[in-house]
Amino acid sequence: MSKLLEVKNLRVSYHTYAGEVQSVRGVTFDVEEGEAIAIVGESGCGKSVTAKSIMGLIKTPPGEIKAGSEILYRGENILNYDKKQMSHYRGGESAIIFQDALAALNPTMTVGKQIVENLMMHRKTIMVDGKEVKLTKRLAMQEAVKMLKMVGIPNAEQRAKQYPHEYSGGMRQRAMIAIAFACQPKLLIADEPTTALDVTIQAQIMDLIKDLQKQLNTSVILITHDLGVVANVAKRIVVMYSGNIVERGNARDIFYHPKHPYTCALLEAVPRLDLKNKQELASIEGTPPDLLAPPKGCPFSTRCKYCMEICCEQAPAATDFGDGHEAACWLHHPLAPKDDVPFKTEVRHE
Amino acid sequence: MNNHVILDVQNLKKYFQVGKNLTLKAVDDVSFQLHEGETLGLVGESGCGKTTCGRTCLGLYSRTDGKVLYKGQDVHLMKGAEKFAFKKEAQMIFQDPYASLNPRMTVSDIVAEGIDIHKLAANKKERDEKIFHYLNLVGLNKEHANRFVHEFSGGQRQRIGIARALAVEPKFMVLDEPISALDVSIQAQIVNLLIKLQKEMGLTYLFVAHDLSMVKHISDRVAVMYLGSMVEITTSEELYENPLHPYTKALLSAIPIPDPDVELQREQTRIKLEGDVPSPINPAPGCRFKGRCKYAKAICSEQTPQLKDMGNGHCVACHLYNQ
Repeated sequence: MSKLLEVKNLRVSYHTYAGEVQSVRGVTFDVEEGEAIAIVGESGCGKSVTAKSIMGLIKTPPGEIKAGSEILYRGENILNYDKKQMSHYRGGESAIIFQDALAALNPTMTVGKQIVENLMMHRKTIMVDGKEVKLTKRLAMQEAVKMLKMVGIPNAEQRAKQYPHEYSGGMRQRAMIAIAFACQPKLLIADEPTTALDVTIQAQIMDLIKDLQKQLNTSVILITHDLGVVANVAKRIVVMYSGNIVERGNARDIFYHPKHPYTCALLEAVPRLDLKNKQELASIEGTPPDLLAPPKGCPFSTRCKYCMEICCEQAPAATDFGDGHEAACWLHHPLAPKDDVPFKTEVRHE
Repeated sequence: MNNHVILDVQNLKKYFQVGKNLTLKAVDDVSFQLHEGETLGLVGESGCGKTTCGRTCLGLYSRTDGKVLYKGQDVHLMKGAEKFAFKKEAQMIFQDPYASLNPRMTVSDIVAEGIDIHKLAANKKERDEKIFHYLNLVGLNKEHANRFVHEFSGGQRQRIGIARALAVEPKFMVLDEPISALDVSIQAQIVNLLIKLQKEMGLTYLFVAHDLSMVKHISDRVAVMYLGSMVEITTSEELYENPLHPYTKALLSAIPIPDPDVELQREQTRIKLEGDVPSPINPAPGCRFKGRCKYAKAICSEQTPQLKDMGNGHCVACHLYNQ
């Protein structure tokens, strides 16, 4: 598989009255073609800003993508795209689904028209019965209805003529997905697509995203704060904390062999249905650091149970555990104490 | 926990008129009892009437029919001194920590409002002591007292809301989705705090939430609501081990578990619910769940199933268990 997207040393800041908020502080990851990865973290850890940067949606000012950041889409840096290239890339090649579908959809346009708008903008031709013909508004509308059917909206013909406020929460999210998939993007970013929804609807939407990903071989970046949601969708997981990546690896490695105290704490903080014990939940005391003045050392040092002197002084480098599993923590340093830590610190070779 | 019933809800109904001949049946014939020192979890999808039920229990909404008895007295018929005393004993914590605190008041004024109204402090010194005591109790400190609400994070705001509720020394609290607006790591903090406070002060909780895994963790008993009516009520262990109602089963199997292997196994056995919750406006007669239920029979459209005890206080409202 080839790399579809590479993000290299991405740094994004927002200039506010209080000073410079360093939302993303050197994030590097890549997405392969047809692969689903997840970015997990608390609110304010910079995961949404990362997503917006990839879509070219950072508004400057107040935002600023720092010099030295690179976002390579098929080897080309999208930060250097001109307006025309950008508008082709955004919507045509990549698409995003937002958390709040009602705010993201246009309330004054019917859902069908919003899909048509996207199609007319990005596609010149369309396949009808195996032949390529010029895209007209009428054909686009037919395609829009087809898209609505594909995402599982009943009575798609009638529904296409309705406005977003006539849809329920889960249906709006489906409509968003239909718009996003209309131009068959190669890259889909789902920014907390199910956070505002009920569990039953959440399961439906996640199934839909998974099916479409397999069907159309789209790469998906799933952004969420809920580790449960990603367990059966993402192949690889990136854990972010206050603008940094603290751990990355295969889903199995992250869930069964977490190597960073933050990942361990996140996993323990979720009460599980399949476990019977009723002991106290492991909570992470304190709150994430202020990104106006990020701590000098490890960002998690202020809340970490295993904090050592060096953690407050110097940011740890990533330790490689093989198979793409990396964690940035001083506990993996050869000189660090090996007792009382929540994970095995030895480098694992399989 | 003892057997002393603190709250007795009998056939409670709450309808809203939403237009000519349109009635929204938010809570329709709901009955349950709450024992002293116990936590009852009330779960369901959004729009199932769980929040309305919680609010009606406290008298924040008037009722359409039925009774809510707090220690034997009807909440909706209380007047004067009686009602004043009830308001001191029963408190509420709201879902949205941003909207439920007055942005123009300092934290100390927010916490002290109840103390002042119920005259729980004899003088200024005692009042301050009380404020600091409750702030301490919820994990905030003295320095926070003179700040305004906008200076706090979501988790801290929820703590202020809890301190405000505790300040009047309540016996009974309705927790209306107290954690759903918070991050996972902060949720655990707040839930631990709530459990600790309950043990120390002998509080009774009505815990309204849609997050079943957290409800299981905190509750002694759980009641499942669907479209205004109660479909199942039992102890939390029993509910998760032996769910009876098809809706409860579907709800449980929809909850993601942070474990890839378990998820893979569950994939085959998962009960998928199609479609959305139907509108509670002028619902059709019969079982409310029949449109999404795969076991639906003719009788489900004709007769509304009643809660029936299946033994050990495990009650379920479903025609499947009515033979």
